[in-house]
Amino acid sequence: MRKIYIKEQACIGCHLCEVYCRVEHSQSKDPIKAFKKESPQPLARLSVEERKPVSFSIRCQHCDEPSCVYACLTGALQKDARTGTVTVDEERCTGCWTCILVCPFGAIRRDVQQGRIAKCDLCAGRDVPACVANCPNEALVYVQNKAGLER
Amino acid sequence: MKTYLPAKFMVERDPERCIQCQVCVNQCTFDVHRHDPDQEMVRSGEENCVGCHRCAIFCPTRALAIKRNPLDYRENYNWRPEVIEDIIKQAETGGVLLTGMGDDKSQRIYWDHLLLNASQVTNPSIDPLREPMELVTYLGQKPERVEVERHSLSLKTKIAPQVKLEVPVMFSAMSYGAVSLNVHESLARAAAEAGTLWNTGEGGLHPSLYKYGGNTIVQVASGRFGVHSEYLDAARVIEIKIGQGAKPGIGGHLPGEKVSAEVSMTRMIPQWTDALSPAPQHDIYSIEDLAQLVYALKEATDYAKPVSVKIAAVHNSAAIASGMVRAGADIIVLDGLRGATGAAPKVIRDNVGIPIELALASVDSRLMQEGMRNRASIVVSGGIRNSGDLAKAIALGADAVYIGTAALVALGCTLCQQCHTGKCAWGICTTDLALTKRVNPDIGARRLANLLRGWSLELKDILGGMGVNAVESLRGNRLHLRGVGLTDTELEILGVRMAGS
Repeated sequence: MRKIYIKEQACIGCHLCEVYCRVEHSQSKDPIKAFKKESPQPLARLSVEERKPVSFSIRCQHCDEPSCVYACLTGALQKDARTGTVTVDEERCTGCWTCILVCPFGAIRRDVQQGRIAKCDLCAGRDVPACVANCPNEALVYVQNKAGLER
Repeated sequence: MKTYLPAKFMVERDPERCIQCQVCVNQCTFDVHRHDPDQEMVRSGEENCVGCHRCAIFCPTRALAIKRNPLDYRENYNWRPEVIEDIIKQAETGGVLLTGMGDDKSQRIYWDHLLLNASQVTNPSIDPLREPMELVTYLGQKPERVEVERHSLSLKTKIAPQVKLEVPVMFSAMSYGAVSLNVHESLARAAAEAGTLWNTGEGGLHPSLYKYGGNTIVQVASGRFGVHSEYLDAARVIEIKIGQGAKPGIGGHLPGEKVSAEVSMTRMIPQWTDALSPAPQHDIYSIEDLAQLVYALKEATDYAKPVSVKIAAVHNSAAIASGMVRAGADIIVLDGLRGATGAAPKVIRDNVGIPIELALASVDSRLMQEGMRNRASIVVSGGIRNSGDLAKAIALGADAVYIGTAALVALGCTLCQQCHTGKCAWGICTTDLALTKRVNPDIGARRLANLLRGWSLELKDILGGMGVNAVESLRGNRLHLRGVGLTDTELEILGVRMAGS
């Protein structure tokens, strides 16, 4: 499957991936409305880790052996056998945060307002996820494998 | 001391559009924007804004506009705001005013007073989309005559080393330390892709870039930073730097804060120490001394590479250039009044040197009068802005041009002139590792190669319009130029006729 990989040496810590992730997961898909008007507030499904000069954005890795899926109490988290994407059924998620405890990447976020988790869905419906498409320094790539990305 | 300096710019934040995402906060390197946690609001303090527009370009909702602060003094043609503010700065610091980039004053830009010719009726123009158009240029000493073996038709004349350029535009000297390694890598990769050369400047060549040696000009400057035998061997051309257009008569100055571990290794100087290049090369006080260094470098590299000598365009350029050619320079580089720098005293930058157009015309004429124009190629730099300037430079006699500022603009530079602070928000003129990442060499090389491609397409259009199919046919052909709005003396020095004549 295609995954999002990070070119750490190109990440400038601008946080635009977070901004565009929030916009993509909003009702309106308009940055001004998404940030200022919408309720519940759309959440970014990734976050930027920073200790200058190092920075990179981290999100669900859609693991081959997804601890979160195994740990999920309600079966809300599933690994799609066809696409390989780890998805969450928002109706079934009860907000127990067990997945957050087991995720080795700290990639799952709490949506406290709605009492459920928010995680990267690789922007279902888009050819290239919003964070990758909008990264101003091409620090994110969406490819089959990461060979050739390291310098 | 309370500063009397007013803010140069105003930051206008549209509250309707601002989504408080703080991208402006993390992109500004001059602490203009800050997040106020009490009010959960982003605020801007304009006094530090340098007008680099990084925040405005990165704002996802275009909520920011950077405008000139309209605070006007009483109208005075003599005591302009810049003059007043320079005095205020010196009254408050007691130091030399430092600045970056090139002369920004209103001395005449001769390129804008020169016009190119085109073919009409009596000679056909050429469509470069349909017919081949040659931009290939060879730099180096050309023989006076060529002798050929009668039977085998092989060349009897020994040809001096030549360098082939696919396009007569090279990237000018910008040292590692002044600009970042990512900038160097962008330049090197773009030069390799476009079939031209880039120049290391006086700070040495980082080991990771030796693989681009075939497209590299290495500089030997007065500080001899980073000069060793592998460095000379790696290069395609060796350049002796006598002076640069932004600060003729002054040596380079890299502040210690920019001498990081990697810079220190490449320059071969201790970390965090100032890298001060002497004003002159202390082994060159005459043309004869210059000849010694030229031949020492040729000897060290088995006479396999052309040696270039770069000077700032000054009053006596023509006579000096003549001496440089006699000293054995294969390429002479003239850097004009508008040549830029990472740091120079403002008074020097804006007042010393002469416009490159006049220097080029006088040097080309002088070398022709002395019958030795073939003995060296002429390269000019300092204010070449577009392919129009390039074509005019070639018509005035240049073999190729160097671009520095134009290349940096392609990488994001907005000429905010803060290079000397080391805080470049575009990540170009800094060695702060958190900032240098802002130039991604993958993107940088693409942008630079695109620029060169654009210029070469335009140059082909210009040549085709003139009815010539090779850049050789334009070189030094001043009949393809006409002047407008110039005095007789200016026209005479340029060797160009008045438009209409």
